[in-house]
Amino acid sequence: MLEKAFLIPLYPLFAFLVIVFFTRWKEKLSAYISIAMILTAFVHAVAVLFAMIGRHGVPFELSIPFITHPAMKLEIGMWIDPLTAVMFLVVAIVSGCVQIYSWGYMHGDPRWSRYYSYLSLFTFSMMGLVIANNFFMIFIFWELVGLTSYLLIGFWFEKKSASDAGKKAFITTRIGDLGFIVGLLLLMTYAGTLNYQEVFAKVSAGAIPMGILAATGIFVFCGAVGKSAQFPLHVWLPDAMEGPTPVSALIHAATMVAAGVYLVARVMTLYVGSETAAMVVAVIGLITSFLAASTALTQNDIKRVLAYSTVSQLGYMIMALGLYGVDMARDPHAHSVGYYAGTFHLMTHAFFKALLFLGAGSVIHAVHTNEITEMGGLSKKMKITTLTFFIASLSIAGIFPLSGFWSKDEIVAATSGHPIFMFFTLLIAFMTAFYMFRLCFLTFTGKPRDQHRYEHAHESPYSMTVPLMILAFLSVFAGWVGLPWLHHGFSSFVYHGEHMEHHPSYILMVVSTIVALSGIGLAYLIYYKKKISADALAEKFGFLYKLSYNKFYFDEIYDALIIKPLLGFTKVMWWFDGNIIDGLVNLTAWFTIKWADVKMWFDKWIIDGTVNGLGYICMAGAWILKYIQTGTVQFYTLIIMAAATGLVIYRVTPEGFFYYLAGIILVAFARLLAKIVRPARAKTGSNIEG
Amino acid sequence: MFQYLALAAVLFAIGMFGVLTRRNAIGILMSLELMFNAVNINLVAFNKYIRPDELTGQIFALFVVVVAAAEAVVGLAIVLLLYRNWKGIDVDRINIMKW
Repeated sequence: MLEKAFLIPLYPLFAFLVIVFFTRWKEKLSAYISIAMILTAFVHAVAVLFAMIGRHGVPFELSIPFITHPAMKLEIGMWIDPLTAVMFLVVAIVSGCVQIYSWGYMHGDPRWSRYYSYLSLFTFSMMGLVIANNFFMIFIFWELVGLTSYLLIGFWFEKKSASDAGKKAFITTRIGDLGFIVGLLLLMTYAGTLNYQEVFAKVSAGAIPMGILAATGIFVFCGAVGKSAQFPLHVWLPDAMEGPTPVSALIHAATMVAAGVYLVARVMTLYVGSETAAMVVAVIGLITSFLAASTALTQNDIKRVLAYSTVSQLGYMIMALGLYGVDMARDPHAHSVGYYAGTFHLMTHAFFKALLFLGAGSVIHAVHTNEITEMGGLSKKMKITTLTFFIASLSIAGIFPLSGFWSKDEIVAATSGHPIFMFFTLLIAFMTAFYMFRLCFLTFTGKPRDQHRYEHAHESPYSMTVPLMILAFLSVFAGWVGLPWLHHGFSSFVYHGEHMEHHPSYILMVVSTIVALSGIGLAYLIYYKKKISADALAEKFGFLYKLSYNKFYFDEIYDALIIKPLLGFTKVMWWFDGNIIDGLVNLTAWFTIKWADVKMWFDKWIIDGTVNGLGYICMAGAWILKYIQTGTVQFYTLIIMAAATGLVIYRVTPEGFFYYLAGIILVAFARLLAKIVRPARAKTGSNIEG
Repeated sequence: MFQYLALAAVLFAIGMFGVLTRRNAIGILMSLELMFNAVNINLVAFNKYIRPDELTGQIFALFVVVVAAAEAVVGLAIVLLLYRNWKGIDVDRINIMKW
């Protein structure tokens, strides 16, 4: 079963190719193919997961050498370990739900087939990214994922904001990818290979200098920063919400943005080898998480709140992974749950965040607006959506016993030993609970703020609500595989079958539950009971409110610090290009033309002159000599005879020859003279000459 | 021997003069025959006085006679064609072989 695991990415690729080349014009058929292929991949992924459990998480590797050279080794291959198996399943489930959901959501869109082909291509890339056994391959799929993200954000490219958002996402992540590729080149230089296991073996053996290792770790992390929308490259993710909502759920909440987290988890050995790099990772994760959570508090666009929430949760995971690296770098036998917490949260978050986005999509589908200020009271009209949305919100807030509770609890546990991190983690948990329930209460409860929209609202069709129910089920129960009391649960599974000593920390559980409940309670008081006026609070914390509402002015800062100077520089370069470079080019061209003129003159008069001159000389000679060719055979005979006689005379007496020659010339002159003096007699009869 | 060679030279000169000056094509052919005969006399004379025990010169002379006969036939045929085309056999007029 594991040997055939490489087929998992190929199913969606097959769907993509079939749709693009054959069924583009049959929209429903395209959708069926896409959904059928993702379901096949799902079944296969389940089989792979069970096969992996069956062999107690012992990794499986299969590769074909691509380039083999003493200084460089590239290969195409697959590496399947528990993390891969879990990611397969997550991607397959979320992608499957999203594709079924899109059936209802995208109904009637003129580019339906194209939409499904993009989704299939994305799923292929994501699966390929997960299955890769070396950095070279992961980079290829990494870029493919970026491409499909660009295509899908700008799917409604008639909207300027959508196409701009696509470009922004592509360019911003590309900045991170630049760092990633630098990291890969460093690895290639110092390790001589890009295969995970070989690189890790070299890192563990200490074959790579410390400074280089830290630099490599940070550069590779740059890639994750771009893709996972970490500070300072997080600005693209909220804008990416211009894409269709199911796309946001699939790519910008559950899977692609998780690729960065996956990468950090995958190359954890690098961070275990370098505490500096690990610390950078952890700090970036924390900053991102905090900034995004505080921005989410005040946003009014339902999808933007969720986008910032995503950024915040991704920061959580990154932070947990970074802290694991720090702990393990300090003490190889440390008891750190960070790695497990990060990957576990990656999985649970994928489910409930996809659910939140799909729920938001359902709401947007019903009321045709993103602004929560125009919603309200929708719970009466949309029962399933409301229920599932609340489940997801409870899950992300970390309420017992939903899946989010278990994973978030592990993240809090991962910060033990780092008081500052723990404080902020709890603060972020509080903010998360608050903004999620602010969103819930404003959207689904209270009185409708826009009566017209409310009246037209309706529950979404089954194709949309069924995926919601599936994901809601997973949001509740997916966390249970990682129950801290299980000895062979998720934790020991991701640690490659090694038994993980794991003590449930009841104090932390209680604390985090209290934090979450207080966040929900505050939201309840402000937005449901209206005991505390939201406007008054905003008034009171005017500066902070403005900071949060304007997303910490990141876009403006980047605009002022990077884009404006860049544009100015571009203008200077444009002027330089237009006047100096073009001037030089034109000057060169001018010289060339002039020089060509000189050469042309030379060619015309000297070269051609020589050739023509020779020709003229020949013609002139011929003009004279042609008179010898009289056409009269007797004349020729005369010359032959004269010449023969001359030869004989020369043979006998050389001196006599000259007299003979002189005589001949004399006679010839005499003849010529006679001809001039007495013109030839008139010819008689017909003359054929003319 | 001198007498023979002198005769041949005179005959050859007469023939050459005839070839070069006659306007009538037939006359030229007749003059050519004269030159052939001059050559024949030479061949026979040289044979007689230099290599009397061989017959090379005489056999060559016979060859020349045969070839001359053939040449005369070809020449007369050409003259005949010339007459048809030019309505005459005045070689001065037949000068198309020029520039």
